[in-house]
Amino acid sequence: MADTSGERIPTVIVDNVDIVYRVNGTGAGRGTATAALGRIIGGRKKAEARAGVRKVHAVKKVSFTAYKGEAIGLIGTNGSGKSTLLKAVAGLLPTENGRIFTHGQPSLLGVNAALMNDLTGERNVHLGGLAMGMSREEVRERYEDIVGFSGINEKGDFITLPMRTYSSGMAARLRFSIAAAKDHDVLLIDEALATGDRSFQKRSESRIRELRKEAGSVFLVSHNNKSIRDTCDRVLWLERGELRMDGPTDEVLKAYEAFTNPDGGGTEPKKARVAVSA
Amino acid sequence: MSQAVDTPPPPAATAPVEDPAELAARYGLSVSGARPTLAEYVGQLWQRRHFITAFATAKLTAQYSQAKLGQVWQVATPLLNAAVYYFIFGVLMGTKHNVPDYVPFLVTGVFVWTFTQSSIMAGTRAISGNLGLVRALHFPRAALPVSFALQQLQQLLFSMCALVVILLCFGVPPALSWFLVLPVLLLQFVFNTGVALVMARMGARTPDIAQLMPFLLRTWMYTSGVMWSIDKVLKNQHLPHVVHVLLAANPAAVYIDLMRFALIDSFHRGQLPPHVWAIAAGWALVAGVGGFIYFWKAEETYGRG
Repeated sequence: MADTSGERIPTVIVDNVDIVYRVNGTGAGRGTATAALGRIIGGRKKAEARAGVRKVHAVKKVSFTAYKGEAIGLIGTNGSGKSTLLKAVAGLLPTENGRIFTHGQPSLLGVNAALMNDLTGERNVHLGGLAMGMSREEVRERYEDIVGFSGINEKGDFITLPMRTYSSGMAARLRFSIAAAKDHDVLLIDEALATGDRSFQKRSESRIRELRKEAGSVFLVSHNNKSIRDTCDRVLWLERGELRMDGPTDEVLKAYEAFTNPDGGGTEPKKARVAVSA
Repeated sequence: MSQAVDTPPPPAATAPVEDPAELAARYGLSVSGARPTLAEYVGQLWQRRHFITAFATAKLTAQYSQAKLGQVWQVATPLLNAAVYYFIFGVLMGTKHNVPDYVPFLVTGVFVWTFTQSSIMAGTRAISGNLGLVRALHFPRAALPVSFALQQLQQLLFSMCALVVILLCFGVPPALSWFLVLPVLLLQFVFNTGVALVMARMGARTPDIAQLMPFLLRTWMYTSGVMWSIDKVLKNQHLPHVVHVLLAANPAAVYIDLMRFALIDSFHRGQLPPHVWAIAAGWALVAGVGGFIYFWKAEETYGRG
């Protein structure tokens, strides 16, 4: 926990946020031409009901404040809304209700979507850097570092080959190296640590620690309780989109571990009292 | 019993009970993912200009990277397209008898039309087809449709190289008027980008539009005089005046005819509608500015599932 003495500067304030996904064409047999036409002609609400648009309420009434210097872990079982919440903090997903205030522009550590498998690693480094908002000069400056860090050229001149020829591990290493090349105000990491072989994992962990030092706050989504314990001092536990617990790492992880392995004669944990009600 | 039951509520992390909005204002925090003002937006887009060009070039290069002939297809594809249209409209239907220099006439029409058509199609899918990118990285979303339109412009420049060869082969002499290609391309690019931005917003809300567009675009193509000369076909028809005006003001037809006027010496000024440059510039301005503002208005909603 960040110490309470002295003024704590908030970097991220999440205020009663709901996030809803809309999924098209889920109505049985209703993904027809008439339904599509109806959607173009009719109003959105009516058309949604007709066309069988299903809403998925991914995050429900979550509130918390993150302070400068904190490293916050996000835990929860699969599909509990961790990644969704992270994307909303990054400003990449609109909120249905509530607001998210941030200091500067939080950025998600990840650049995969901007890269193209048919291009060479070299061009992908440039494209990825530009996509993350680096200038051309910055990309040129850091090019050697990125390639060196990825270790792509350790086994030959692979950086000039198309990325589709890389092994999945090599591609993952290059992607991480590109993504980690930029400095961030608020850094959001979504399961980025589990790439590459053991030696690369060690290198990437130490790079993450460096990034943490430079960044104001760090959010880390992970299913690896050990990496959460190593890096975070505060943990948010999301379950079914609701914030179930918010507190120091040890406390929350203990409760979470009891929830996920209820072998100590634990009863059905569904009914367990929610420590932090939303 | 579960541990969660026994765990005392953690010391509330948000100790000061204060309105979040006030707290945010006090420390100068801004709403995440809020829409910037129009001026800020233009600035952000300008900052990302290198990304826009790099993305367009990357897409263009990636297109044929698996083919054995590679980038040769950049020129070969438009040439084959033109050959097919020549076979159907020139040989089978005999449209060529009415038009001098029919092959240059047809090929210019096909290339210029393809530029508009592909820009609009790519624009329609610019957001809905790149949700992964939109949901992973932060950049002004207009970068995507603009980038796709730019990719089509680069594609057209390849086609123009092929076109110059065709023109020379069919005995069209090079002329100073060829330089008019540049302003025409510029105006058409602005127009295409504007329409691509409009379609990107509509396609983001209703991806189904991408299924509908090919039909609309094909109808538009047949009324734009890509394969025949509008004024020759309509000369002997008694159509209401308004139809003539509409056909003459059709932006696609305007850009196609201007390009023909610039390149083909047998295509005379008389074949152009009156005030043609004003119409061309007007369409570019209306579509470009209008499309940009229309797209910006929904900036914060792109990427919603």
